[in-house]
Amino acid sequence: MSGDMTHDEGHGSVAVEQEHGHGVVAENPFADPGLPEHQPRLTDIDEKVARKSERIVAGLFILSALATIAFMVCYTEVPNNTATIVDFFPIGAISASNFALGLTLGVALFSMGAGAIYWARTLMTDVELPQERHLLESTPEDKAVAAAEFQQGLEDSAWKQRPLIRRTLIGAMAVLPLPALWILRDLGPLPGTTQRQTAWTAGELIINDNSISLDGTQGSGIKPEDLQVGTLVSASPAAVLTAGDNAVNMMTMSAILLVRMNPADIKSQQEIDWGYEGIVAFSKICTHVGCPVQLYEQQTHHMLCPCHQSTFDLSDNGRVVFGPAARSLPQLPITVNADGYLVAKAGFDQPVGPSFWERG
Amino acid sequence: MSTSTSNEEIVPTTLGGKASDYLDQRLGIAGAAKKNLRKIFPDHWSFMLGEVCLYSFIILLLSGIFLTLFFTPSMGEVTYNGSYTPLDGIKMSEAYASTLNISFDVRGGLLMRQIHHWAALVFVMGIMVHMLRIFFTGAFRKPRELNWLIGFTLFVLALLEGFAGYSLPDDLLSGTGLRIMQGIILSIPIVGTYLSYFFFGGLFPGHVLIPRLFTVHILLVPGIILALITAHLILVFYQKHTQWAGPGRTNENVVGLPLMPVYMAKAGGFFFVVFGFIALLGGLVSINPIWDYGPYVPTQITAGSQPDFYIGFFEGALRMMPNWEINAWGHTLSLNILIPAVVVPGILFTGLAIYPFFEAWVTGDKREHHILDRPRNMPTRTAIGVAGIVFYGIGWINGGNDLVATHFNLSVETITWVDRVLIFVGPVFGFWLTRRICFGLQRRDRDKVLHGRESGIITRSPEGQFSEIHTPLPQGDLHKLTAHDVHRPLTLTEVTDSNGVPAPKLRLAKLRARATRWYFGERVEKPTEEEYRQAISSGHH
Amino acid sequence: MKSLSTRRRHPLAAFVVLALALAFAGTLFAAFLSPNSASADSGTSNAQAIANGKALYETSCSSCHGQNAEGSSYGPSLVGSGAAAVDFQVSTGRMPAQQPGAQIQKKAVLYTQEQIDEMAAYIDSLGGGPAVPDSSKYQVDDNLVQLGGVLFRTTCSQCHNFAGEGGALTDGKYAPSLTQTNPKAIYEAMLTGPQNMPNFPDTVISPMEKQAIISYIVTMRDEPNYGGAGLGRLGPTSEGLFIWTFGLIALLLFAVWIAAHTTKASAERVAKAKAATGAKGGKE
Repeated sequence: MSGDMTHDEGHGSVAVEQEHGHGVVAENPFADPGLPEHQPRLTDIDEKVARKSERIVAGLFILSALATIAFMVCYTEVPNNTATIVDFFPIGAISASNFALGLTLGVALFSMGAGAIYWARTLMTDVELPQERHLLESTPEDKAVAAAEFQQGLEDSAWKQRPLIRRTLIGAMAVLPLPALWILRDLGPLPGTTQRQTAWTAGELIINDNSISLDGTQGSGIKPEDLQVGTLVSASPAAVLTAGDNAVNMMTMSAILLVRMNPADIKSQQEIDWGYEGIVAFSKICTHVGCPVQLYEQQTHHMLCPCHQSTFDLSDNGRVVFGPAARSLPQLPITVNADGYLVAKAGFDQPVGPSFWERG
Repeated sequence: MSTSTSNEEIVPTTLGGKASDYLDQRLGIAGAAKKNLRKIFPDHWSFMLGEVCLYSFIILLLSGIFLTLFFTPSMGEVTYNGSYTPLDGIKMSEAYASTLNISFDVRGGLLMRQIHHWAALVFVMGIMVHMLRIFFTGAFRKPRELNWLIGFTLFVLALLEGFAGYSLPDDLLSGTGLRIMQGIILSIPIVGTYLSYFFFGGLFPGHVLIPRLFTVHILLVPGIILALITAHLILVFYQKHTQWAGPGRTNENVVGLPLMPVYMAKAGGFFFVVFGFIALLGGLVSINPIWDYGPYVPTQITAGSQPDFYIGFFEGALRMMPNWEINAWGHTLSLNILIPAVVVPGILFTGLAIYPFFEAWVTGDKREHHILDRPRNMPTRTAIGVAGIVFYGIGWINGGNDLVATHFNLSVETITWVDRVLIFVGPVFGFWLTRRICFGLQRRDRDKVLHGRESGIITRSPEGQFSEIHTPLPQGDLHKLTAHDVHRPLTLTEVTDSNGVPAPKLRLAKLRARATRWYFGERVEKPTEEEYRQAISSGHH
Repeated sequence: MKSLSTRRRHPLAAFVVLALALAFAGTLFAAFLSPNSASADSGTSNAQAIANGKALYETSCSSCHGQNAEGSSYGPSLVGSGAAAVDFQVSTGRMPAQQPGAQIQKKAVLYTQEQIDEMAAYIDSLGGGPAVPDSSKYQVDDNLVQLGGVLFRTTCSQCHNFAGEGGALTDGKYAPSLTQTNPKAIYEAMLTGPQNMPNFPDTVISPMEKQAIISYIVTMRDEPNYGGAGLGRLGPTSEGLFIWTFGLIALLLFAVWIAAHTTKASAERVAKAKAATGAKGGKE
């Protein structure tokens, strides 16, 4: 295969390269015959067809207007409540108001657009016209004039002769945007050690999440005998019941899970020690990016995070067995208090949840 | 209003004429109108993709304004007492409660919410498809590199805007998305914890995030998007649209139909068609039924927690990443988050942004290009694009690996492992295959030029041989099929100057030579006139 | 609460009423018939049931669970698992399993309810465990739906999805869809924790709370998809899939329609038109 390789319009300008063998074959061996002759459409030559087209376009516009009116009628006439529904194949039961408004608005808009397009396609000109295109680059004369003007402006300002002004201006301009960052300081408090803290301290009562009242102020504790082997309980510290506005933040950091296993299944002595008769408590917050991990498989003791599928083995110190999480789920040491309720024996021995730079 | 070459005063008689005369005396609009009213736009379906983005953005603005009238951007807690009874008496944020009210108590509110959300999906999808069109046809080449950058910025802003909007209703899925975002921010070395505290006003979720996101979502980002869309369109208008090669279509002209009236009707009509289509979707297909998800409670979670599709790649990359984390000197570096959420998207997006400049450097091409490349005629570029799509697509699929698992009876672990391999192998295979296909198509074009089109008529020669008659292509088609450029690789000859000193920038030059070999080392040459004449005269049609 | 009364206009309301009526009739029937036979001599009939159950157990279950339900390497011990577990496993068709494994699939039910009750009675006789719940415990109560929703999202949705569509677990296991499961089975599953599902005894989720969760699940099944076609209630993934298939194709078709050249007139029509205008001498 040989080609014409003399044309080298597209060359780069790297000093050492010889444009030997490199180049762009841009010229076309076949001359441009020019724009083909325009072929008329039926509507161009047959007035009957054109009139039919006109009627279709007008029909679409009328349909649009009717649908617009229907939209307004539906707005007032179709009740907007959860009980008024329509049900038809294949969509099923849906809100009558939403259906009626969407359908009428959709038809109003769509037929308006379809009418305009049909009009353009059949009755407006379809003779393709060429329009000249000029290179965007300015002429050398224009460039020279612009450069001269700019130079004149520069000289008039004494920008070059007065370096003191130049430098101080650049320096001042460089620092001027900083207040825009500075002023954002009060967006939030400094982290301090709050990212390491949870509401768990020795003796903190463990509350069953299912028992928390809808207003969030009542909840009941859990006794060891409440849990059978294979029972899973989402739980929170009793402090959330009285935390008021702060309850949500506290829950986010301090949520735990209680699971009761056959102690023989637990592989780690520390885990047994930190638990109570096979009941173990783990942080519910994934150590990857913080979703609540809660998909507990009672036979495998795997705990799966539904967000990114990190899998933790709760029978083995919460070790990661699959997925992107790097660290085990932290275990909360628990015991029972004088009333026989499960409480924390101590706080977490490490920060819970996602990693962060200062975590160490 | 027509202008006249003579100095006679034109006295307008119609109302429209009077109005335009009034404006012209104050704004001088006739000059602009003279040039632009009959401005030519070329016809091709793929040129309509950008319009889909523009129109869905207008729809987003219109429906969004309606939603702001009823939405309460607050994390303050209220007890819901609206008409959706399954949530009656439940504590929730005002943001979620007002979204329920928009859905169930404001007439047309649910429709507007659904139009808004569908339009958002169409907007981002439109941008992606539009960008791919620009990429594969080389429309980003000089002089349009700057407009590519504007478009790229719009893409990034659209992702940001979509994520902010997804988060506003404060339902279980949006809260989960924010929680993941916070985890990602925390992973940023050195400043991550501080950024998170500034962003959320303290611990997650805090009480200030939704009002802040609201401002970002309805003012900051859409303001920038609007400004950039304006700049994007001005540049398209000013630089004039690209066109496909064809008879009568050159680099120095643009062939098509005039703005007034044809494109006013077609583009205006398309706006209404897109709007109507999205309104029909809003009326017929449910999207983001937040009442099913429930209000966000940080200790609750649902199986199949997924983001909107445009975040799917990031989600999939997070799911795919092995659990690498470095703990040293009292600090934690979460590679398991940083790489998929920051580094890989950073490389992918930077590559996307600078590609036009990279290709211009490789080809050394300084010409203006207004004729589009057919993807087959730039096999390596097309293959790079396909490799990118495969890479992105595998990440995307892995973002739904749990749903793939349940729907195809596979295990999540298997899918993740397969994707971990495919994300490397897939793009390479895609690259290779695409180049093969492109070369094949180019060769077919070449054959068509040299030997004409198969006519389907079989003849029998006096010797008894059967052959199919090939009809030569008309001149217009011949011209069209050979209108493209064929680039050749660069070879270095002088690596040292006369004194034996290595030439400056030698390493860069060598690199460039290698890049050109990679791009153009293998190529299908255009037929030459000579070859064509030989083919004709040999009569082997 | 108005959801039940106002949904009378629902096209399915008639079926619901019919179903309720049938259920009511069935209950009456059972109330009249079974106590008669049972109360006559409940002691002997219970012993009879246990004996029948033992016979059924020995033919169908003992190969995995052991001759005396003590368990084997193929199946766990059933001593103490209770009647509710037997009723759940057998009445949903999970047991007898085709092969032992982590995830026992739902299948066609092999036994009549009477046989299942006998097997349950036998297992129950080996040692306590949760009893089959009384039907009043899993009756839908409209006033508990809201509480049920909160509890569902706290305890169930993590595996079964916000709409009860189910979800993936580890190693190919999955949490099944709850959209067809009957309320009794849901109750028993919570009580007994079948396969890998954790159990939720009454001390952790009270009977009233269990009833609330069931009320929520059952009520949400009948909830319309207010916004339109539900796309499988799988959340944003199905919405994205929908827009990238149906949405993209539709938009591309519109674009092609707008940009494509309008069909040109055939040569003969052009000639005919020329002749006509020529004859009339009219303008083009």
